[in-house]
Amino acid sequence: MVLSVLGKFKGSLRRTREQLKSGLERVLRGRARIDDDLFEELGEILISADVGVAASERILDRVKSRVRSNGVDDPGEIPRLLQEEIEEILEAASRRLTAPEKRPPGERPRWERPEAGEGADEVPVTEASMAAKEGTGGPRVMMVVGVNGTGKTTTIGKLAKRYVDEGQRVLVAACDTYRAAAAEQLQIWADRAGVEMVGSHSGADPASVAYDALSSTVARGGDVLLIDTAGRLHTRTPLMEELRKMKRVLARLHPGAPHDTLLVLDATTGQNGLSQCRLFHEALDLTGIVLAKLDGTARGGIVIAAAEELGIPVRYVGTGETIADIAEFDPRSFAAALFSD
Amino acid sequence: MFDDLTEKLGDVFRRLRGYGRLSEKDVRAAMREIRIALLEADVNYRVVKDFIDSVQSEAVGERVTKSVSPGYQVIKIVHDELVSLLGGEGERIGFAASPPTVIMLVGLQGCGKTTLAAKLAHRLKKAGKRPLLVACDTRRPAAREQLAIVADQVPAPVFFGDGTDAVEVAASAVKGAREQGRDLLILDTGGRLHIDDELMDELARMKDAVHPTEICLVADGMTGQDAVQVAKEFDDRLGIDGVILTKLDGDARGGAALSIRAVTGRPIKFVGVGEKVGDLEEFIPERMASRILGLGDVVSLVEKAEAVIDQKEAERLEAKLRKEEFTLDDFLDQLRQMRRIAPLDQVLQMVPGVDRKMLKSAVVDEAALDRFEAIVCSMTREERRRPEILDGSRRKRIAKGSGTTLHDVNNVVKQFMMARKLMKDVTTGKLKVPGLPEFRR
Ligand SMILES: Nc1nc2c(ncn2[C@@H]2O[C@H](COP(=O)(O)OP(=O)(O)O)[C@@H](O)[C@H]2O)c(=O)[nH]1
Ligand SMILES: Nc1nc2c(ncn2[C@@H]2O[C@H](COP(=O)(O)OP(=O)(O)O)[C@@H](O)[C@H]2O)c(=O)[nH]1
Ligand SMILES: [Mg+2]
Ligand SMILES: [Mg+2]
Repeated sequence: MVLSVLGKFKGSLRRTREQLKSGLERVLRGRARIDDDLFEELGEILISADVGVAASERILDRVKSRVRSNGVDDPGEIPRLLQEEIEEILEAASRRLTAPEKRPPGERPRWERPEAGEGADEVPVTEASMAAKEGTGGPRVMMVVGVNGTGKTTTIGKLAKRYVDEGQRVLVAACDTYRAAAAEQLQIWADRAGVEMVGSHSGADPASVAYDALSSTVARGGDVLLIDTAGRLHTRTPLMEELRKMKRVLARLHPGAPHDTLLVLDATTGQNGLSQCRLFHEALDLTGIVLAKLDGTARGGIVIAAAEELGIPVRYVGTGETIADIAEFDPRSFAAALFSD
Repeated sequence: MFDDLTEKLGDVFRRLRGYGRLSEKDVRAAMREIRIALLEADVNYRVVKDFIDSVQSEAVGERVTKSVSPGYQVIKIVHDELVSLLGGEGERIGFAASPPTVIMLVGLQGCGKTTLAAKLAHRLKKAGKRPLLVACDTRRPAAREQLAIVADQVPAPVFFGDGTDAVEVAASAVKGAREQGRDLLILDTGGRLHIDDELMDELARMKDAVHPTEICLVADGMTGQDAVQVAKEFDDRLGIDGVILTKLDGDARGGAALSIRAVTGRPIKFVGVGEKVGDLEEFIPERMASRILGLGDVVSLVEKAEAVIDQKEAERLEAKLRKEEFTLDDFLDQLRQMRRIAPLDQVLQMVPGVDRKMLKSAVVDEAALDRFEAIVCSMTREERRRPEILDGSRRKRIAKGSGTTLHDVNNVVKQFMMARKLMKDVTTGKLKVPGLPEFRR
């Protein structure tokens, strides 16, 4: 199982690796010394992978200082050092937040009960919210956010299937009430995954749809609620506020919710991805990134910058348009797949 | 609006003032900053390299003029070069000599094709066309429903066909267009990766079947380094006629525009700036160049400043200052010149010798400037030339005439006297002002 996921992951990163590897080979060929020129060319390789100028410089500075302190003088050592550095950045980010709890199929989840949410939105106290407050049970709520067209709805379909396969009872909420045919699209994914969708008419208040969806999930004893939201550019303050409101409403109804707020990033995104991470994180306290569309030629290096600068971990990668095209993100294999054969 | 780049270039050229020519060393230092700015804007690194090489040789040896600081001059050179690379303004969609015109929209998943189909229909309908949207995305869940909804917003009819074979749908739509009285067809194709052979082949077959008037590559304005690969592959396989960039309503710098233009040589025709049918703008190279450099409209300001503050005038003023002939009239003159370019604090930053960091804290109060102007205008010629003669009764008269208070008038006189003394001291070298280290030559 692990092997096949890894193999798939490696496959999807093959192009990236080939590019980087051939780049590394080109850089190292005929080079006897470690000098500034070498680091300049390495910087170019990182930049061409969308890591960005600032993050690349910091990464290479750290590699340089390791070269100095370890007395490394063989340029052939550099790829390993670079790989370790990137791996460490990605790992440090995911250490910050522990991965979602794994349970045997059928067993009830035991989510801990964090503090009640902020904000002053009035949410009526219902049986569902009482149950959630009193008991230790209740569903795990995951909000999926991001800019337009990155792959949020598709990711929800894939995650729903994944959690169903783990034996969990999953519901999805159609809180994108803006985009044309958003609910119809999600309904198709819900059918594919074999889960129930809670939705509303187009133009409805997304927070109230989320509220209804969480109530039904609790009432039906669901384990996981996946919330699809409308794409929005991170610079649109009122739309970001709408998401904050949704988050508050969820927390009122079910303390601790949403347990996850995942940002879906398009792997082809360049440096703007960092701005996306920054502003979505500022507004919503992200718990992770889903890097979608990694099956193209784009390298998604922006997640290294996001991990390095903001400490946001990558949780999943999307590798295609079918329901199985998702894999858990593993810093080690990501870094390894970038640099090893 | 003045950001990183102008600040950094200001630092690079701090020692260089209005004389001589740009040396290779100065230019090289400046180009390092330009390079970073372009990379941060997501221009492909190879494209950046070529660009820097060509601009660098152009900038070396340029005369440094007195009117605008060297940093801005270099920015102007870079900007102009970017504009010419980004290509001509007002590139339009070409229409077929014998209708219907067929526009095929292609691109990666989620880049904005379906939304754009409606936007184009909306715009061209206004121009008198009778558009028909064609649902050629047979794969994405609810693609047809989505197209139907956005078409309603135009409003424009949609052709669905049998909905199984995309090429088939396109072909029958084109066949039936004339009978339906439609002279413009917009084919909304499914998103696909440029490396997906099977799906790229589908587009090639569609092209052969319908001979589109234009094939437009739709690209997400936030795309990073990969833009060159995507554009090149679509162009190689299909031969694209134009490019449309979407999602430029956020803070993306849009360097992909330059990358795509560089590898395909095809014009960028429109930019998408929102999710609504009306959110489509014409592509303006100047604006895009400024955006990529992160400059706002600095460059047009530079041009205006160059036009307004001419070199001879600057020299005449400096001579006057030295001889203590600088009058309130001159002061007012300067003020008016600058306000024509407006806003003042932005202009001041471009004046040679004015330190940006000092200005950052000094907020220019435009209302105070209005008062200043009114007060000076209420003075006689003699009073403006020799403010020393302004006694109490003259000041009262001026306050009344200008609709200000005696206090305001006193302030203006005091400030002018101080400014004149300060400027004189600086020009004659009696005083060294930290922000103006080399004002005196
Ligand atoms: N190749 C590829 N396409 C994807 C992936 N994830 C999503 N897509 C496609 O990207 C487009 C936008 O996806 P969607 O889920 O509607 O994005 P949303 O607007 O963020 O909800 C659709 O055409 C999806 O099929 C992925 O991992 N790989
Ligand atoms: N902010 C913004 N969103 C856009 C723009 N163009 C398209 N979108 C959004 O991007 C997403 C994907 O657009 P769509 O037309 O479905 O892309 P397609 O998969 O290429 O057909 C949708 O949420 C659109 O509303 C734009 O110019 N600005
Ligand atoms: Mg969606
Ligand atoms: Mg579409």
